[in-house]
Amino acid sequence: MGMTIGEKILARASGKALVKPGEIITAKVDLCMSNDGTTHLNIDIFENQLKAEKVFDPRKVVFIVDHNVPSESAKTAEVHKKMRIFAQKHNIPFYEGTGVCHQIMIEDFIVPGQLIIAADSHTCSYGGLGAFGTGVGCTDFTSVMNTGEIWLMVPETLKFEIEGSFKSGVYARDLILKIIGDIGANGANYKIMEFGGSAMKNFTIDDRVVLCNMAVEAGAKSGLVEPDEIAIEYVTSRGRQDMHIFKSDDDAVYEKTYQYNLDELEPMVARPHCVDDVVGVTQLGEVKIDQGFIGSCNNGRIEELRAAAQILKGKKINPYVKLLISPASKTVYLQALAEGLIDIFVECGGMVLNPNCSVCWGSCQGVIGEGETLISTGTRNFKGRAGHPNSSVYLASAATVAASALTGKITDPRGRI
Amino acid sequence: MGYTLTEKIIMRNTGRNSVTAGQLLNVNVDKVMVHDIFAPFVIEKFREMGFDKVWDPDKIVFVYDHLVPTSFIEDFRHHKIADAFAAEQNIKAVHRADGVCHQLMPELRYVVPRQVVFGTDSHTTTYGAIGAFSTGIGYTEMAAIFGTGELWIKIPPTLKFNINGELPKGVFAKDIILRILGDIGADGATYKAMEFGGSTVGGLSISSRMTLSNMAVEAGAKVGIIAPDEKTFEFSGVDSKECEDLKSDADASYEKIFAYEAAKFKPVVACPSNVDNISDVDAMVGTKIDQGFIGSCTNGRLEDLEIAASILKGRKIAPFTKLIVTPASRSIYAEAAKKGIIGILVEAGAIMNPPSCGLCCGRSGGIVSDGERVIATNNRNFLGRMGSPKSEIFLASPATVAAAALEGKIVDPRKYL
Amino acid sequence: MKEILKGRVWKLGDDIDTDIIIPTQFLALKTVEDMKRYAFYPLRPKLPELINPGDIIVAGKNFGCGSSREQAPEILAALKVGCIIAKSYARIFYRNAFNNGLLLLENDELYDCCNEGDQVSVSLENNRVLLGKKSFRVASIPNDLLQMVEAGGLVPFMRKRNGK
Repeated sequence: MGMTIGEKILARASGKALVKPGEIITAKVDLCMSNDGTTHLNIDIFENQLKAEKVFDPRKVVFIVDHNVPSESAKTAEVHKKMRIFAQKHNIPFYEGTGVCHQIMIEDFIVPGQLIIAADSHTCSYGGLGAFGTGVGCTDFTSVMNTGEIWLMVPETLKFEIEGSFKSGVYARDLILKIIGDIGANGANYKIMEFGGSAMKNFTIDDRVVLCNMAVEAGAKSGLVEPDEIAIEYVTSRGRQDMHIFKSDDDAVYEKTYQYNLDELEPMVARPHCVDDVVGVTQLGEVKIDQGFIGSCNNGRIEELRAAAQILKGKKINPYVKLLISPASKTVYLQALAEGLIDIFVECGGMVLNPNCSVCWGSCQGVIGEGETLISTGTRNFKGRAGHPNSSVYLASAATVAASALTGKITDPRGRI
Repeated sequence: MGYTLTEKIIMRNTGRNSVTAGQLLNVNVDKVMVHDIFAPFVIEKFREMGFDKVWDPDKIVFVYDHLVPTSFIEDFRHHKIADAFAAEQNIKAVHRADGVCHQLMPELRYVVPRQVVFGTDSHTTTYGAIGAFSTGIGYTEMAAIFGTGELWIKIPPTLKFNINGELPKGVFAKDIILRILGDIGADGATYKAMEFGGSTVGGLSISSRMTLSNMAVEAGAKVGIIAPDEKTFEFSGVDSKECEDLKSDADASYEKIFAYEAAKFKPVVACPSNVDNISDVDAMVGTKIDQGFIGSCTNGRLEDLEIAASILKGRKIAPFTKLIVTPASRSIYAEAAKKGIIGILVEAGAIMNPPSCGLCCGRSGGIVSDGERVIATNNRNFLGRMGSPKSEIFLASPATVAAAALEGKIVDPRKYL
Repeated sequence: MKEILKGRVWKLGDDIDTDIIIPTQFLALKTVEDMKRYAFYPLRPKLPELINPGDIIVAGKNFGCGSSREQAPEILAALKVGCIIAKSYARIFYRNAFNNGLLLLENDELYDCCNEGDQVSVSLENNRVLLGKKSFRVASIPNDLLQMVEAGGLVPFMRKRNGK
């Protein structure tokens, strides 16, 4: 019987020829990563409870400071200091303030076929490169950091067949919002969301990461796209050659298959305070905004910045709107500079932040207050996510955010390109 | 008997033929600046005093810079309150994310030579660099100006600082003012006008002169003033013929005259935790630092970023060290981006922030923890200014900070110039 | 204005800056009442709890240097400090204090002669501070400034002027 790509990756990781959904395996982890959201807790468990002396392999453990940088309190700075000390002691790769963790992992570490564990829910992003990433809590992470292994239950896979092509002003972000809106915030609970179909060969790596990144918002364990020449080229051009290319067998078994046609897709918006409360932008009615955000591990890459810049070029944002833009990594930032996108953001009245989680994380830059409304390319819009509990967060594409910053209310980007 | 520049400005402002140092009189206010931290307090006091309308909305400038981007839930409230008041009173000059107040006031020509200007911030002395009488006041007095357009002042006696000769390589305006502060002490100019002159000052750019005037308040001065010249007229767009008398008379009466030979200046630092605790950089070489900061109204201008970029070009900052860069205005950021300076800094590993006060005011943007050391281009290193009371701050020129970030410790910047 | 002020001495050194009097991180608290318990936080975090109304701060030179934040004298007035007697003051703080009803006196010698916990009394009529048998001169404060302090500061003064 055939296996899905997800099952094949887990089979390799557990040294088995075949795995089946529902089975519990012990898998060897190729990489594990922790950011400043929880690493201080992981370090405490590692040193004080496990009393471990070494990490399992210093080349396979990565610490990244991305949530609260530059820091907004001595308490946060203490967390960063703790991470630095541990990283130096154990000689592990350490990044601080040079990008959102998942973007750094994608640029510098991930290859197709890997199993990656991280102490952050959006670890499913790496499916964009055909790698199985999943987020775990502190105890699991620390155990992995110590042993290099993890127990996992093999999930069922849901298949999403995508056909057609994006119309102008419509993006991968709109697709994943639509999917989550359709299946619900627990519609993929403990499943793998596998994205495929005839449209996928035209999806860039950015697009694929956008889809996989938000799989967790539907409850999924992971998201995956079969790696092809585009994925292979992405990693080999970055000097990474060792990889395992897995594709789903023709007779692989899916729990359910969904069909989507991009020709029918319009810009989508998730309304406060649930990520699955999704409507087309034309159904929204008038929604005034106080702040717009373009960035995050979901939508802070060069293609999203280009889409926003196209709309903002030569224009000024509404004077009462704050527009914050955070390129997802130093590499993206430099590329945006070279392409003149940063010039456009500065000219239009926006604020360009350093590469970090910022507004998506809602704690250190761009915090919104009581009664304020944010439209964001971040991953979540739970109550209080971006600041005050009585504030509102709408999720949308970078183009929709850019168009909205111009007018001061949520706006269909298709009229502005 | 001649008059000092300061006295002449007050005479012209009040229509008098003569004044003496120590005299109390009312001045007519030409411009005021209020930033976001204190705007709500000014407005509250204004109303409490029973005023309805400001004396002249075109003479009021609001700048949001301390709370940009917002770092905490209540920050937005300052902006909302100020926006509402500006709309009510028809105040048009409101800058919501364009940079630091003291950079914008002269840059955008809200202040020009000869004017009498007050701001709700101690570093309002900065505009003395373009030959204005400008000083900081509290929000209650600002509210009184809002209602009346006047303020009582005591005419300050002048301390003259004649600096002549050519500055050695690697020595900058910041080193000059720190040396002077070290010599006269943090209360060495309390209630005085510090007037800077001599061939060295004449050779400084407006940007560098702003560094001198900006830090005059750190010696307790009322104003830090420099006679305008061709550079000033070009910068401020004024007719030189109108400013012919804007310099101290040859027989003006000074309380004290200090003479400095430029050739004797060296790179210096202000050591923790007093701004007048000055040491040659030589004596501090090897002191480990955790974080560098380049920015603020003192040293966040294009020439400051340029010198940092010249040191960091093609290099990377030391591992486990941070360099936080915050340009002082939107136009500086835009020009630095076009000139490739931002690219050099980001490539080197700098954390690049949007134009704002950032870490200088110590609310956010790189707050540090126990035992951490910062070397910064701003103007204050009081205990706990940037976070933990157990952290330390050194003040220095942008060149010294950039060099320190490269090596992770204080070094003589001249080896990189 | 009460002609005689009597209070327990709290001693603070030279160059007490406004960041020490009230650190920036606390400026976002809603009211001065909320802020006052963080007075002197980096240096003596317990001091606000210990200060009783009428107590007197004796300080070295350049008290109140640094930022123009008016909350610095405001919270000292909210803590009902009777007055401050320092060797010298920074200028913005000096104005802000009077504008907020906080009385500032200057004397060069008292700081070196007194200890924390001593009782001092101030006679505004005679411009003198008494510490046990010793007497120290302070410069006289103009009457209108004293009246402004007594009224609570510049706001009540302006209100009266505007007929409110």
